Amino acid sequence: MSTAIDRRQALLGMIGAGGTIAGALAPSVAAEEHPAHPVAPPDAVSMLYDNTICTGCRACMMACNDANGLPSDTSLSQGLWDMPTDLNSKTKNIIKLYEEPGEGFAFVKRQCMHCLDPACVTGCPFGALKKNLWGAVTWDGSRCIGCRYCEVACPFDVPKFQWDHWNPKIVKCEFCFDQRLKENQQPACTGVCPTGAVIFGKRVDLLAKAKARIAASPDKYFEKRVYGEHEAGGTQVLYLSSVAFEKIGLPNLGSTSLGHYATKVTSVIYKWLSGPIIVAGILGALIKRNWNRHEAERPEREKQTGLPEQL
Amino acid sequence: MLSSLVTSPRVLETIDERLLRCGISRRDFVKFCSSLMIAAPFGLAITDKKTPEDVAQGLGKVIRPPVIWIAFQDCTGCTETLLRTSHPDLGDLILNVISLEYHETLMAGSGKQAEEALTEAVARYSGKYVCVVEGSIPTRDKGVYMKLAGRPAMDVLADVAGKAAAIVAIGSCASWGGIPSADPAPTGAVGVVDLMPEKTIINLPGCPPNPYTLLGVVLQFAESGTLPELDAERRPKFAYDRDIHEHCPRRAHFDAGNFVKQFGDQGHREGWCLYEMGCKGPDTHAGCSTRHFNEIPDVWPIGIGAPCIGCTEKSVAFRVPMFQVVQLHTVAAPPNTYAPISSPQGTISPLATGLVGLAAGALAGAGYVASRQFSKAPRDESVPGSGPPGGSSTHDQGPDTGPKP
Repeated sequence: MSTAIDRRQALLGMIGAGGTIAGALAPSVAAEEHPAHPVAPPDAVSMLYDNTICTGCRACMMACNDANGLPSDTSLSQGLWDMPTDLNSKTKNIIKLYEEPGEGFAFVKRQCMHCLDPACVTGCPFGALKKNLWGAVTWDGSRCIGCRYCEVACPFDVPKFQWDHWNPKIVKCEFCFDQRLKENQQPACTGVCPTGAVIFGKRVDLLAKAKARIAASPDKYFEKRVYGEHEAGGTQVLYLSSVAFEKIGLPNLGSTSLGHYATKVTSVIYKWLSGPIIVAGILGALIKRNWNRHEAERPEREKQTGLPEQL
Repeated sequence: MLSSLVTSPRVLETIDERLLRCGISRRDFVKFCSSLMIAAPFGLAITDKKTPEDVAQGLGKVIRPPVIWIAFQDCTGCTETLLRTSHPDLGDLILNVISLEYHETLMAGSGKQAEEALTEAVARYSGKYVCVVEGSIPTRDKGVYMKLAGRPAMDVLADVAGKAAAIVAIGSCASWGGIPSADPAPTGAVGVVDLMPEKTIINLPGCPPNPYTLLGVVLQFAESGTLPELDAERRPKFAYDRDIHEHCPRRAHFDAGNFVKQFGDQGHREGWCLYEMGCKGPDTHAGCSTRHFNEIPDVWPIGIGAPCIGCTEKSVAFRVPMFQVVQLHTVAAPPNTYAPISSPQGTISPLATGLVGLAAGALAGAGYVASRQFSKAPRDESVPGSGPPGGSSTHDQGPDTGPKP
């Protein structure tokens, strides 16, 4: 009987130790990796989308499907056209239309924003999503467990899950990393754009270009600012818009990186291992109380049944 | 110009010399060149020139290319389409621009005379002439299904096309077998490429192909000795690199979702899209939608309300049923349908929330009650169970005596 108690204690100890080690390691790494305002590395690649130039031809959507081997989403068009209503498991890139009667309209191209400090990468428990070379946020299927934390974590609602597949993958824009970026080619969407509404370049260059466009015609652009310069700690996809960013579906996120918020929470919980110790302490106290109660009732039960009690 | 026909000279001469000898004015020739510039496909060496004078300058120095046109298992449709071009007309073409040495449909002679003409032309211009092949070549049973002057088509092809500088396979039949090769293909018909893949061959598939494509290829070859850029099927890219669907005059109806549902219905009368009638336009690479036939606007299958059968595609024409709808690959949604900024999502009504809450509560309550019942049950059972020392008998009694409170 005494051995049984030992095993229980050993298990409890193992769980507690595992938790505290994990807790101790996680915040110490995270605190360095998640500054509130991350600085883009000089070689960070970028896309600049300007909806005052976009004509909504959707060549980028077709090129994206071709480059990534994605099928057409024909669920709403009786098998005729590629007609997704949002980013989904068959669509990594989409042109949407904002339309306000009397006020005009504006297109918006949505794909992964390739944040400087991506929430999906912070949220992924197994490192399946990673900030790759040149800042492209890529997905590694061999590490993914399909928990969809990335889908929940992303403030832009970008990663999508293949619900209709037996071996589902996470589908998101990866900056054409494997398909084209590695081959020294620009992404399919920027390469095919006939009007130059979306262009490819280094982030520093495109930021300068965007600011030059604003300076050249300040009345054309909403709030005379570049979306993505500071949003959520800065993104590698930059937007210029003629209408409010919120109206074309780009959320108002503030300038602090979301990874930094997460770190703030974890750094409190795991301070001096306090979180795991408190949880383990409460659990231990509960178990001790129940065990004591059990032991107190044991002689009576053994008398009733006439058998020695087993665990 | 036709009236100025003189006896055929039996030497290679340039077009300029020929025109001079026939008394055709420079002005007429420049007029001809301007019509050629309009008719011949864009991107061709001959039409890159700025003015008709430039074309005339270049073309005048060209030695008239001898052309030998042989026909095998064909319907003469490809010849017919050439006969129906009017700018430039066939007379101009065969008498002044090219030197048509042998053509069974167009020549006056027949029988022995014709055979002699062929043999003589092949011998005289050996290695210099362009051989145009019309129709497929039967290969089954040693090619007995089609004979020319008593010889199987295969032998004639090996003889005539073998000595040609370049071979133009005109029409789908000569390109890969065409209609005669359709299942069950009783004659084992094949195209020229299948029999002599190592030769310089340009395929101009189509049923029939646009005659200007032939004209363009032959003239470019005659002028510069080069051939236009070819695709994987050896079709000249200038005429075959785009989908019919991409430039179809009815494309707007496709994008708007206006489809003909039945021949003769209102949509058909209004000229709507023929996709649902089995139009193979999205799968077919050809220039038909931009360059119509006979220099008359809208003279091409879709223009007259017949769905494209994909005659320039080896894998489509005479292989896929004529009215079978093709699978579209990457076609963007029409311009009147854009995704909204936020996609519509259903909302959960308070009633549904309440109902689900009630159900969950009922389940939780039932679970709690059940657990109470079960935790009481062993106490009752343990009293009679203490009597007999046998372990298994208590188990058997369990379910019967258990649930009584």
